[in-house]
Amino acid sequence: MKHLLSIEDLDRAAVEALLDQSDAFLDVLARDIPKVPALRGKTVVSLFYEESTRTRLSFETAAKRLSADTMSFAVGSSSVKKGESLLDTVKTIEAMGIDAMVVRHHAAGAPHRVAQWIDASVINAGDGRHEHPTQALLDAFTLRRHRGPSLDGCRVAIIGDIRNSRVARSTMLCFTRLGARVTFVAPPTLIPERLDGWPVTVAHDLDDVLGEIDVAYVLRVQEERLGQALLPTLREYYARYGLTAERAARMKPDTFVMHPGPMIRGPEIATEVVDGPRSLVREQVTNGVAVRMAVLWSLIGSGGHVA
Amino acid sequence: MPDALVIRSGRVLDETGERMADVLVRDGRIAEVAPGLDVPAGARVLDAEGCVVSPGLVDIQVHFREPGREEAETIETGARAAALGGFTAVVAMPNTTPPLDDAKVMAAVLERGRQVACLVTFAGCITQGRAGHELAPLGELYDLGVRVFTDDGDCVADANVMRRAFEYALALPGSVIAQHAEDPDLVAGGHMHEGEWSAKLGIPGRPAEAESTIVARDLALAKLTGGRYHVLHMSAGASAELVRAAKAEGIRVTCEVSPQHLALTDAACASFDPVFKMNPPLRSEADVAALTAALADGTIDAIATDHAPHAPETKERPFEEAPPGMLGVETAVAVAITKLVDTGVMTLAQVLGALSWRPARIAGLDAAGHGLPVVAGNPANLCVLDPAARWVVSPDRLASRSRNTPFAGWKLSGRVRHTVLYGQPTVLDHEAQA
Repeated sequence: MKHLLSIEDLDRAAVEALLDQSDAFLDVLARDIPKVPALRGKTVVSLFYEESTRTRLSFETAAKRLSADTMSFAVGSSSVKKGESLLDTVKTIEAMGIDAMVVRHHAAGAPHRVAQWIDASVINAGDGRHEHPTQALLDAFTLRRHRGPSLDGCRVAIIGDIRNSRVARSTMLCFTRLGARVTFVAPPTLIPERLDGWPVTVAHDLDDVLGEIDVAYVLRVQEERLGQALLPTLREYYARYGLTAERAARMKPDTFVMHPGPMIRGPEIATEVVDGPRSLVREQVTNGVAVRMAVLWSLIGSGGHVA
Repeated sequence: MPDALVIRSGRVLDETGERMADVLVRDGRIAEVAPGLDVPAGARVLDAEGCVVSPGLVDIQVHFREPGREEAETIETGARAAALGGFTAVVAMPNTTPPLDDAKVMAAVLERGRQVACLVTFAGCITQGRAGHELAPLGELYDLGVRVFTDDGDCVADANVMRRAFEYALALPGSVIAQHAEDPDLVAGGHMHEGEWSAKLGIPGRPAEAESTIVARDLALAKLTGGRYHVLHMSAGASAELVRAAKAEGIRVTCEVSPQHLALTDAACASFDPVFKMNPPLRSEADVAALTAALADGTIDAIATDHAPHAPETKERPFEEAPPGMLGVETAVAVAITKLVDTGVMTLAQVLGALSWRPARIAGLDAAGHGLPVVAGNPANLCVLDPAARWVVSPDRLASRSRNTPFAGWKLSGRVRHTVLYGQPTVLDHEAQA
């Protein structure tokens, strides 16, 4: 594997191999000195055209735990502001000698374009509404740790702005690769325009599916959707789709709650649910580092076992 | 320069039929069409063995970018590319900088268009500044010879403005109101056909209904006013249905389709390469099938390329950030032959009709001697092409100043060998002459 651009490109075995590798790195992170020399001498650069806290920190932490050198290219304070094109920017960075480039961009497919332009490995850290493969891998990894190696038969509801979410696309693909059954729960305006060939079912009423699901995966709904006539008001949205404590109480006792962040505590997901015993939200963040270590190692490591 | 030329041993094919004949051209006009003609002393001989000799091709929708974006194309380079594609006349769209909504600017580009390898005529804007609100001076532009009016690139979204344009143009015989039919609200923020692929790729979509709703509205307005309507680059099967019904009802409507809308689908966008981006977008397989059927049954009158050059750096961007548009003039007839004639969907005569005499009439270019039968007395605007010749599209070898062909690497049938413009060869044995 040269690049990680989308979950679409990975079959079940490839996903499982990455998750197995992540298990090994999670053990490394539990050590007193959570660092291995696996990528010593390698250089990983992150190029983020969109604001991000957790994904960027997570990648940089992962690279450092593997002893790679890291560079961070902050678009806001760079030549991009002076009008430099994406092509010229990545060519310039590549000329400094790098092994992997972690790319987040507001346009779908931007990392795919970058992968055509440079020789280094490219990791998609989120492209427009398209995919966010490492988020999907860390979600699957987190769930797998609680549900056994396979997700066969596991029922997942992804709730929120599916249409505009790269996380929904990637996580749905990744979960279903591992055997889970995914239901999209949202008003029709927030469901993708066409679902031909998608291995999902759709529900418009959250209360209909609450009692049947093993995982409630909540996505954020952005205020800007109101101006696009996709929703009347956020208040109405939360009344119908918010994961309140009352709704959480109607889920099976062993139903897990997940959220990719950043989340709006309160109307979107109740604080007692986020901090409750069935919440995997904090664990998702921790596991993100291990999963991104596995991805970096698989793409630019020697491919052998890690000491 | 020889004052006469003979096109020898070709198969002459025009609207009246086909026959084996030599064609003698003298002083810019066809002098004689008959088998086994003697070659007059000093005449140049153009071999047409194995070739079809047809009226020059006519492309009623190109963008030659002059004035304003000469780094992408000029009237001169666009005309040369068009001549290599077998075209003797084109209609360039007015979405230049400045836009062609002014008689002085129009007079200047028309003058330029008469000095190049192909007759480059221009459409005028429907509205001032292509802003969609106030009518451009249609009459002044008409008096300069303009027959096609459009705000192409943008849709005339205001129904009342469209209605008044239809009405006003009734006083300008032979003129036509041509629409880029995409409702701006329905396509806002969109970059490709809305469907299975846009959903999968996460690229915001432009639904086919953005086109068909405008076509339906405009047809109602054409009926109300008696105006003459032309649908540019029609892309949706539903629009073709509407035009078919309107024609049956006697509404004055014509329409065109681009080669790329017949040869490619939205699946091409899965590469995220913006060379496959245009407006209206490449659509579904069902749309391609419906458009192909509509072209074959005559509902669609013409093939027009929407030749839209973009400088390489503007296409070396993420899909959503690159400008829409594809090259077309150098590949049009070959794509049409490969996709329509080789597959048995249409005859070569039908395809040439859609690329020559039918579009010539829509834009009034028959009056300038284009698309006319190959008979003595008509201006010698001719295309000599070998329909069986195979060639591979190489972007680096195109004459256009830009490289954004969606057909790079395609092996196509049908190659233009010679092109003759008012009796002068503009292309000889595949080589541009100026």
